Amino acid sequence: MEILVYGTINSVSLALMGLGFAMVYGISRVPNFAHGALYIICGFVTWTLLQKLGLPYGLAIVLSLAANGILGILMYRLVLIRVRGMSISEIISSYAIGLAILEGLRYGGFRGMTYTLPVFMDGMVVIGGVPVDYHRIVMVIIGILLVAGLWLFTHFTKLGLALQGMAQDERAALMLGIDSDFMAMLAMGFGAILAGVAAITILPLGNIVVESGYHVLIMSIAVCIVGGLGSWMGAFFAAFIIGYAQILSVVFLGSHFQMVVALLAIILTLILKPSGLFGQQKELEDRV
Amino acid sequence: MSKENRRKERIDRGIKVRSDGLYALLSWREMAYLIAPRFILIAGLLALPLLMPGLYWQRVISIVCIYAMVAISFDFLAHYVGLVCLGGAFFIGVGGYIAGIFNAYFGMPPLVTIPLAAIAGGGFCTLLLLPCLPLRGVYFAIVTLMYPLFMARIIEAFDLFGGTDGILGIDSFSSAFVEQYFVVGILLVFLFGLRRLVNTDMGLIFTAIMDNDQAVRASGINITHYKALAVFIASAMGCLAGACLTHIYMWSGISQFALDFSILPIAATVIGGAGTLAGPVIGCLILVPISELLRDFGTLRIVFYASILVAFILFRSDGIMAFAKRKYEQIERWTQV
Repeated sequence: MEILVYGTINSVSLALMGLGFAMVYGISRVPNFAHGALYIICGFVTWTLLQKLGLPYGLAIVLSLAANGILGILMYRLVLIRVRGMSISEIISSYAIGLAILEGLRYGGFRGMTYTLPVFMDGMVVIGGVPVDYHRIVMVIIGILLVAGLWLFTHFTKLGLALQGMAQDERAALMLGIDSDFMAMLAMGFGAILAGVAAITILPLGNIVVESGYHVLIMSIAVCIVGGLGSWMGAFFAAFIIGYAQILSVVFLGSHFQMVVALLAIILTLILKPSGLFGQQKELEDRV
Repeated sequence: MSKENRRKERIDRGIKVRSDGLYALLSWREMAYLIAPRFILIAGLLALPLLMPGLYWQRVISIVCIYAMVAISFDFLAHYVGLVCLGGAFFIGVGGYIAGIFNAYFGMPPLVTIPLAAIAGGGFCTLLLLPCLPLRGVYFAIVTLMYPLFMARIIEAFDLFGGTDGILGIDSFSSAFVEQYFVVGILLVFLFGLRRLVNTDMGLIFTAIMDNDQAVRASGINITHYKALAVFIASAMGCLAGACLTHIYMWSGISQFALDFSILPIAATVIGGAGTLAGPVIGCLILVPISELLRDFGTLRIVFYASILVAFILFRSDGIMAFAKRKYEQIERWTQV
């Protein structure tokens, strides 16, 4: 029962981390290696607004999400748009931006264990003999709502359909009058906001530390690769596979193995089936 | 000439044309023109340890050479074979650990462990990367980026070879002088060896694999065999660099798998000039000392070199070497359209 409950919670938090990465890659084909940095910076912006400026929690969250979205859009507008299509330059430049943000935060004095966000709701409830605090339940609900919302957004709104069209075939979308650069920019903004949502829902469970930026990046890559790059639903299901695998490994092997499981999942998936479990890429394009 | 209807024209210098091929033997001047850049690089690298004030900066030169070896191997794999390997730290770490194990546990001297680490480490890395060889582009890049992280976690999880403490008590080189000339010498051998290699028939096959692997396959050449060979060459170089690093710091540990060793060589390659082999060396000569100078600023130096990297990717994506080559070989002038 413990495995089931904590496996679900872990899986949902992984899904939250991975959704932003999957969205950006799915639409604009830019592997956004600054994802972890966007996650952490949102946490710190919220903390600053909340503790330094004394804004109410809700307002701080909205403002920092907006700031994150703008940051993502600027990143695309100023840098990534120029290297789009050259996958290696995309990886290197987005990774360099992420590195600059993370290490800049570290230099700016954001280190140590002193930065925490308050939880949404105090208290806990016992589910099937396992005590779970309300915040984790809220997190699971937010995660599920987010996935459902994204599904509705991409299937029933004009903008969402345009984004989906671009994800399927960029040239055809261009011919139908969809501005691909604008859409990719939007996707980047949404991705950054999703990273921010993940940060705000997950970070109250622990401290905000710069190192977890790298951790989040690796986890979101793991989720996206196993699920198939560019497939959001794949990422969601893969989060459950990796999430349960991690909890099982922690229970039966030890906490060191949590990361080993994720990395092993990436490597094995890429070797055995590079398009992932739910990937839409053609096999031939990925492998010789 | 108004600004709109003019363009920049680039014409080869006379001496460049004259010194192509056999005609270079016409006069001393042509030969000097050909030899000068190579001579400056070799003499400069050999003189650097002597010019440096103090032990600290001499040590920096050794580190420059180690990074340069990894950068050359990245450049070779990415721009001559078409395999973008973001896991330079994997080679450094494997080489470092192998050298450390053979030195600390079996008592072999550095002169034995370093070649051993190169060969055994190259074999080990090739074996592990073998299943990934059919992958292309982003997929190969991501999987190689994950390998060093994976190795570090495995060592941590199973508490292998001293676990998080690493292997201590490794012999250093017999003197600082030997250390520097050893790494500088190896670097020069690798640099000119690879330049020669990419012009041989084997190099031609490597480039063909990068351009169109299906065509190479259709010619009856086993591409996996050649890719594995290229990975072996590159990883042996990286492992040798890692072994040198272990003996310089007299320690090998998990931090040798850190992302630093993957990113800095790539930054150096982008800045120096991708696909030139000499470019990465120049990039390292610029980046590593800058990063040492900024050591007082702590992590701000990482911000600094990440920004340089992004700026070069955006505005000077061909790098310093291509720019210098153009200036050396061509004249530029504005002409009327």
